[in-house]
Amino acid sequence: MNFDWQPLWLTFKLATITTLILLVLGVPLAYWLSFSRVRFKSVLEALVAMPLVLPPSVLGFYLLLAFSPQHAFGHFLETVFDVRLLFTFQGLVTGSVIFSLPFMVQPVQSGFEALPASLAEAAATLGKTRWQTFLRVLLPNIRPALLTGTVLAFAHTIGEFGVVLMIGGNIPGATQVASLAIYNEVESLHYGAAHLYALILFALSFTILLSVYTLNKRLLRTL
Amino acid sequence: MIEFSVSKRLHGADGEINLNVDVALAEGEFVTLFGQSGAGKTTLLRMLAGLTVPDCGRIAIGGEVWFDSEQHIDLPPQRREIGLVFQDYALFPNMTVRQNLAFALADKKQGGRVDELIDIMQLGALQQRLPATLSGGQKQRVALARALVRRPKLLLLDEPFSALDAETRIRLQDEILRLHRNFGLTTLIVSHDQGEVYKLSDRVLLIERGRISRNGRPAAVFNDRQVSGKFQFIGEVLAIEPEEVVYAVTVLVGNQVVTVIATTEEIAGIAIGDRVTLMAKAFNPMLLKIK
Repeated sequence: MNFDWQPLWLTFKLATITTLILLVLGVPLAYWLSFSRVRFKSVLEALVAMPLVLPPSVLGFYLLLAFSPQHAFGHFLETVFDVRLLFTFQGLVTGSVIFSLPFMVQPVQSGFEALPASLAEAAATLGKTRWQTFLRVLLPNIRPALLTGTVLAFAHTIGEFGVVLMIGGNIPGATQVASLAIYNEVESLHYGAAHLYALILFALSFTILLSVYTLNKRLLRTL
Repeated sequence: MIEFSVSKRLHGADGEINLNVDVALAEGEFVTLFGQSGAGKTTLLRMLAGLTVPDCGRIAIGGEVWFDSEQHIDLPPQRREIGLVFQDYALFPNMTVRQNLAFALADKKQGGRVDELIDIMQLGALQQRLPATLSGGQKQRVALARALVRRPKLLLLDEPFSALDAETRIRLQDEILRLHRNFGLTTLIVSHDQGEVYKLSDRVLLIERGRISRNGRPAAVFNDRQVSGKFQFIGEVLAIEPEEVVYAVTVLVGNQVVTVIATTEEIAGIAIGDRVTLMAKAFNPMLLKIK
């Protein structure tokens, strides 16, 4: 059997990079959403949650149009920044960040919201800036939520299919992730290879989730 | 001298109230804000701390302006020299007792201040413990110590004893009095316990529906309301039973059940479950020490 490790490697690279970007973008967004009282907050919350309910093909279709150099946004990216997102790994990362956003933002946001307001207020009366309070009081006290968000975002990116198929183009070595490889192998009746990919994904996802639930229990005990 | 003159519209549980207060605190004074819940006591404390913005008014302490709606001055809590003890203590769950105190230091090198307070508050044995493992009284002592790390001019305490048992409460009251004197603090405390007010404060501000209705020494403020020689308790009617020409009314006062005799006129309009005032004139009440 001719087995190619490339799609698996690509999948984990994509999931890792996506999760890191989501930590940088999603945690501040969650913080903002949990404390802000602006009127259009509900609109933003709904937008963040959209990937939960939207068929991935819908999101993929719009991203396909947006990234295409024939359209304004794609054209702008290509001429100004010399970046092409369509059928490239960067494009996959961008799509995955959007697609997995709610999985990071929602747990972290509820984590922040569950903290008593008096914690941040106490830090302010003790002379600490917002940033010091965020880093040393708020973040350490939502560790279980951060862990949940990180793992869900990672696991969800591994499980992506529709969006990556639409905007990635299934190019081996560049955009062909494991879930697409399984589809290809089944299409060409290579059930052995499909089995192997599927089994590896299954085992890995299960291990990740299992360790999170165990770890989370331990974290909650120390809080 | 602390000049505190603010007003704010509040949307409370029983409708809108207009909080309107104009008061001055002398340096070194121990003052209690006394009143029913929902009267605006905590909001006043939060305004002094800079956590709630008054609609208008002025707060100045020793010539330094903290808030002035006309001059658009509103110092953030970080720049007001206050120590605030929250009703829920607000200890940081991720930090040990010692780290909670050290967090308040502006400069890590001043660790001696933390040692000093750990010593004064007798927290030595607890300093490596996490807040979740402490009792209510211990948490309160940590919160108090933490509020004093920055050497505040003004110490604000929001119902600091409400969640504690009687014994711990008395011990902590003594402790707060001692700290107040030793550190030369000006202390403002929110309370609805008359005994506490008598014991601790130089002055009490009685807040009723957003206004200071009385201001003076505890004895003057409270005794004025209760004519001397008269006992007065609030209770709940548990049962009303006819007995010959009168009625036996059973009333729950605090956690004691008492039965009193009432006439038909007195009983008119009173039903089981009503809150009533139980009064008696006593010219020679007996005082017995409880062992």
